[in-house]
Amino acid sequence: MKLDAKIPEGSLDQKWTQYKSRVPLVSPANKRKLEVIVVGSGLAGASAAASLGELGYQVKCFTFHDSPRRAHSIAAQGGINAAKNYMNDGDSVYRLFYDTIKGGDYRAREANVYRLAEVSNAIIDQAVAQGVPFAREYGGLLENRSFGGVQVSRTFYARGQTGQQLLIGAYQALSRQISLGTVKMYNRHEMLDLVVVDGKARGIIARNLITGAVERYAAHCVVLATGGYGNVFYLSTNAMGCNATAIWKAVRNGAFLGNPCFTQIHPTCIPVSGDYQSKLTLMSESLRNDGRVWVPARKEDAEAIRRRQKSANDIPEDQRDYFLERRYPAFGNLVPRDVASRAAKVECDKGLGVSPTGLAVFLDFGAAIRRYGKSKASVAGKAQPDEATIEKLGREVIAEKYGNLFEMYEKITGENPYNTPMMIYPAVHYTMGGLWVDYNLETNIPGLFAIGEANFSDHGANRLGASALMQGLADGYFVLPYTIGHFLSGEIRTPAIDPASPQFEEAEQKCKMRIEQLLQTRGHQSVESFHRKLGKIMWDHCGMSRNLQGLQSAREAIRNLRSEFWKDVFVPGRADEFNPELEKAGRVADFLELGELMVVDAMHRNESCGGHFREEHQTGEGETLRDDQQFNYVAAWAWPDLDREPELTREPLNYEYVKIATRSYK
Amino acid sequence: MELQLKIWRQKKADSPGGFEVYRVKANEHMSFLEMLDVLNEQLIAERKEPVAFDHDCREGICGACSMVINGRPHGPNQGTTTCQLHMRFFKDGDVITVEPFQARAFPVIKDLVVDRSSFDRIIQAGGYISVNTGQPVDGNAIAIERDTASMAFDAAACIGCGACVAACPNGSAMLFVAAKVSHLGLLPQGKIEQDGRVQKMVAQMDEEGFGNCSNVAACEAECPKQISVSNIARLNRALIAASFQSS
Repeated sequence: MKLDAKIPEGSLDQKWTQYKSRVPLVSPANKRKLEVIVVGSGLAGASAAASLGELGYQVKCFTFHDSPRRAHSIAAQGGINAAKNYMNDGDSVYRLFYDTIKGGDYRAREANVYRLAEVSNAIIDQAVAQGVPFAREYGGLLENRSFGGVQVSRTFYARGQTGQQLLIGAYQALSRQISLGTVKMYNRHEMLDLVVVDGKARGIIARNLITGAVERYAAHCVVLATGGYGNVFYLSTNAMGCNATAIWKAVRNGAFLGNPCFTQIHPTCIPVSGDYQSKLTLMSESLRNDGRVWVPARKEDAEAIRRRQKSANDIPEDQRDYFLERRYPAFGNLVPRDVASRAAKVECDKGLGVSPTGLAVFLDFGAAIRRYGKSKASVAGKAQPDEATIEKLGREVIAEKYGNLFEMYEKITGENPYNTPMMIYPAVHYTMGGLWVDYNLETNIPGLFAIGEANFSDHGANRLGASALMQGLADGYFVLPYTIGHFLSGEIRTPAIDPASPQFEEAEQKCKMRIEQLLQTRGHQSVESFHRKLGKIMWDHCGMSRNLQGLQSAREAIRNLRSEFWKDVFVPGRADEFNPELEKAGRVADFLELGELMVVDAMHRNESCGGHFREEHQTGEGETLRDDQQFNYVAAWAWPDLDREPELTREPLNYEYVKIATRSYK
Repeated sequence: MELQLKIWRQKKADSPGGFEVYRVKANEHMSFLEMLDVLNEQLIAERKEPVAFDHDCREGICGACSMVINGRPHGPNQGTTTCQLHMRFFKDGDVITVEPFQARAFPVIKDLVVDRSSFDRIIQAGGYISVNTGQPVDGNAIAIERDTASMAFDAAACIGCGACVAACPNGSAMLFVAAKVSHLGLLPQGKIEQDGRVQKMVAQMDEEGFGNCSNVAACEAECPKQISVSNIARLNRALIAASFQSS
């Protein structure tokens, strides 16, 4: 099958404008007759459901949470990018576009990324109008800060809770549409399968998580906004409930999964502390605006710190290795996430790690505290401030900027980061891969759309910080409401879809049988134990660093684990009740399939790019080594039948505007 | 550390519930929910039904976790959700009582899981600014005084967990409603609809069966985001002002 990305003609900066004036419209009278299912209520799902409701479509929105406000977008901390150039520091739509393409190591589609940069400004305006309390300057105007991989300040933020505030904005817009009756909300409903009728996505099967009832929902089209699949690694910064079931069922129904091996490992997370650990907590990238990353230069010092015989403060300045500043002087501590994560791993692998496990580096605010303290003292007219005053004033500034993050760190670790540097280590955070979509955000199944983290489209092989919120809201507020018309304008004569059709019947039966199978296996191992084992395989062999041999063994191990799962899993309780273990079992069963495809993709991509680091392909300095001759394409995988090999289709990437180059942050 | 847990078990909304006692081995680095994970794995190994509880982000922001620990919503620590409460605040041999949030407007679904959809319906009644996608002016066209934005943020930090309701002897949702009314009403964008918003949200709160506020201020003490009761004063002022405005 040949993939058509449906990129509009015209120059890069005119494509979207022209598209918008040419895309077929649906009249208001017809919109009222057309039904849309949106699965997921995070930034992408809530903004899409609200915007489509405003346009007049009949929307049904589903979430497995008890309220749409709990989607994991809520946990995004640092900020959202936009090319406003409010700081007068040389930003522009083109620069945001370019930074995103380069940050993604030249593995994203130009036209989509340019459109993303173009609509970024409108998102800020929209959020402000909804009442999102962004940080402000003393003059009352919006404040910005910097994130990794860029040399401008274009990140808008609301303390360390930007995702929460943006999601509440979208949730309130959604709530308004619910009250107006244009959106019907289904809380505590989990999508179990996609229903395809005559080649088009026409509905879903969902389980009412309270009663356990397996229900059918029909619509003219289906939008998946179900987030990423980072929980395949068991330990990640994702929420416990984040899962891949919706997108995976789409794949099993014939949709292509784009670049599944592209995973983002975030450099600044609180390190793993024990076997019981259920998740990892992110410390926002914004901290790298002021925090300096280092390890002791001498192994003896690192060992002493690990044995708790020394602390960070005992290591003199000239015995510290600020390895990001040393290796990447142009970007310093603000290199992109993939680069920062690998660099931390390199130091820990050398035996310079600082936590008892040896898997941590320091993130130090000492210099920033002194710098801000001096500046504050000077503003206060103190020409010769003493050290204690500097320290006190500096801490106040840091508390204002990052107070909630420092508190969170202290709550989890029991250590005060104002006194000693934070200890951090990389952790799985985001998945750039996702359902393959064209310019319309439509998958290869007509009528099936994927938005936000659920699609693969904008971040290439590595996402820049503060771009996930931007993409989720761009897709939901400003792209999908236009592009969905491309499909729905052809459906105005289609009557309401009948959920009694044989396709719905068959899909429902399939879901029920699978639930029965999970409950009837009655083996001896818990769902959790399988998930942990899968996570370990993925992290060891398909994590920050990958090689062919490891990937081969991982594939074998996952297949064995999957067959063991279906022979020996134990799921307590019944189907017709509120049963969280059963929910988890279904999700883990899907991860056991998806994980294998990630490994297959990582094995096939015999190059290093962005977050995908194949040890066989690196420069002398340990940087990623791309192979543009062979791999300058999107890998779109079809795997409807698990008994056969996954099938690869390539979408070549044509760089017409950006000169493809070696990515350098030195 | 070894703990004794007294946990409320209830099969369904309409079935009777009661306390069950469990023993569990934990360590001080675990979060409270990770300790419950250990208990659940133990129960599953004994082929018993695990304890149902709501949870998701486990970093104190989604508002899903909700239990009452030793009589206090989200446990003993101030400004801390259950998921961020760590076991180092408990001692070996402690007996810990765990119950669901209790309020008329939060019926139990199972064990420690309650139905908080009444909060969603209060927001749907008017907890928003009526602006469609694509209408706004430039973000910097509306200058907002820094302290005002900061005050609005303090109110907007509500995570909708319902601890305020569970803490209140009257089961009132005043702090939740007041936080939203303050967040939006403090901002110039939100002032326009403030009168109608306040009236509709309060009416919906009453309809959902939440109790009245009698200024106990337990809500503030137990709020994991430490939202101030001064927001309730602001709500009351806004409600009186609205009653003079409306036709």
